[in-house]
Amino acid sequence: MDLMYFAELAMNGALVGLMYALVALGIVLVFKSSGVANLAQGALAMVGAYVVWWLADPLGAPLWAAVVVGILIMFFFGRAFERLALRRMIGQPVIMVIMLTLGTEILLRGSAPALWGAQMKRMDIGIGQQPIVLGDMLINRAYLAGGVVAVVLIGLAMLFFNSRQGVMLRAVSDDQTASWAVGISVERAIGVSWGLAGIAAACAGILWGSVQGVDWTLSLLLIKALAVAILGGLDSIGGVVIAGVAVGILENVIPGYIDPLVGGGTRDLVASTVILLTMLVRPFGLFGREDIERV
Amino acid sequence: MFYRLAGIRHTRYAADRQLWPVPVDRAQIAALTAFAAAAPLLLSNLYLGSYLLPWIIWSTAALGLNLLMGWAGQIHLGYAAVMAIGAYSTIHIVRAGLPFELAIIGGGLLSAVIGLVFGFAALRVKGLYLAISTLAMQYLVDWIVSHVQAISGGSQATLQAPAFRVLGLPVAGDMMRYYVALAVCLVVTSFLLNVGRTSFGRALAAVREKDFAAAIVGVDPFYFKLLAFWCSSFVGGIAGAVLAFCYYRAVTPEQFNLDVSIQAVAMVIVGGLGSVIGSYLGAALVLLAPIMLNNLVAALARAGALPMSEEVLSHIPLILYGGLIVGFLLFEPLGLAKVYDNLRNYFLVWPFRHARR
Repeated sequence: MDLMYFAELAMNGALVGLMYALVALGIVLVFKSSGVANLAQGALAMVGAYVVWWLADPLGAPLWAAVVVGILIMFFFGRAFERLALRRMIGQPVIMVIMLTLGTEILLRGSAPALWGAQMKRMDIGIGQQPIVLGDMLINRAYLAGGVVAVVLIGLAMLFFNSRQGVMLRAVSDDQTASWAVGISVERAIGVSWGLAGIAAACAGILWGSVQGVDWTLSLLLIKALAVAILGGLDSIGGVVIAGVAVGILENVIPGYIDPLVGGGTRDLVASTVILLTMLVRPFGLFGREDIERV
Repeated sequence: MFYRLAGIRHTRYAADRQLWPVPVDRAQIAALTAFAAAAPLLLSNLYLGSYLLPWIIWSTAALGLNLLMGWAGQIHLGYAAVMAIGAYSTIHIVRAGLPFELAIIGGGLLSAVIGLVFGFAALRVKGLYLAISTLAMQYLVDWIVSHVQAISGGSQATLQAPAFRVLGLPVAGDMMRYYVALAVCLVVTSFLLNVGRTSFGRALAAVREKDFAAAIVGVDPFYFKLLAFWCSSFVGGIAGAVLAFCYYRAVTPEQFNLDVSIQAVAMVIVGGLGSVIGSYLGAALVLLAPIMLNNLVAALARAGALPMSEEVLSHIPLILYGGLIVGFLLFEPLGLAKVYDNLRNYFLVWPFRHARR
């Protein structure tokens, strides 16, 4: 067990974890404002990746334009989803809302490949393949770029919550009725939070699409993002960063040591185990508010 | 019209509480049962083996899940994992030499025990958190089943279901397999039809509506939630075993992955939460609609009327499940059962529409 091996796994894991955190950001934003579980975030990220690929490759737009337009499209996609689907579900039992987002996840997972083709598409956003050599460690260049972008975006989201619009969102997440009473448009705030979730999904989709190619498997990010969101606390944006790094490190380090012993495949297990252990020990997560209703 | 209520008087409690007070309903049930019993003689082997048989098995599974989601109000996104446990353990017990009747009960019990572990999550958390923990458990069970050699023989392996006998008769051929599935389905259906009339069913309804209100009136929500998980997992395990023995006749881990769980949930939601007939209708729609649509689209594509690639065709089932779930939740949250109920209520008072019941 040499230390460099561990450090290399941990470093790459932390960067991957930050990219998970970007997907989880969409879940947290929506849960924070409306208390709705956004199980469609994985598919939203996939759609974001497909849209940017579609703009850049078949339509031939320059990459920066494709990214900007893709992010805008996903913003309005998120808002439209809230307006057309979720607003009709206000007052329905939580099972219904969860199933609606899950149904949307399946619908998108089926229709995006049907629309744009199921083969994996390569999306090159100008990050080289060469690993960066840091001492004895090899660090994946794409992960490094992804991690940096994720940190910047999550930082922007935290700044946004101090703006006027963001204060409204926080008020809505505290108490919807009281926000209504002081003249905040709750519907608008929830819509904006879905739009932001769309933006987070687009960015996550672009980053992940450039790492592993664009196809339906991007929607499998959902379970990792859920693990991050649950561990960090469903209503804590700062928690997403810490939990993302933690999940990423665990997910890289544990298979690095255990896979040779049990014959591989433990990577997929880490996210589920993190979710279950968090549920058993601290259901509200590391930084979440402790108001989970228990029987 | 034919549902006419005139002349139906309940003079005894037993008569008032019977399952189908209207004679036409009883006649319908009798006709359906007779058709189900005679189906092997009436239908060709193709229809029996590839439409009716899976429909009946999936209805059994949907009924089990509906007990949990519809009656007890707990969400469960890992039902396929429970079915996998039933299927694999039944196969292993039969292989060890025990008779099928005991093995299927053993498989059901093992599913129930492990399903109870899912249920313990429900004691601590609910709603969204319960959904996510059952989702995580689905992944966990999937992984264990496909990676532990002793259970599945490895992730790429297929485990053949051994030949088996029921009540001394060898089960071979579509007809015998169909009758085994039908028998299981009838038992589960009659259990669920009667659950609503027992104290158990009423307790589940109380827990579903508001668990602390249930606790105040003396219904222990912990106990009844666990009991609901136990019963529904038992049914799920048995349905999984029947699926493995009578329909697939061989199991691989992919037959019970997350998409199958979502398919089961789709059946319950599309059919209608807390409805027996809804579980049948939901299973039928979710199972058959993709097949029908595929056939239709393939026929159109062959005729050249609809240029469509293989890729689109292969994604139709997913689009359809998702679309059905979203569509029903938005436009008819109580599912096909509600549609049926509306029709029935309309004819109940026809032609006197103003006389709403």
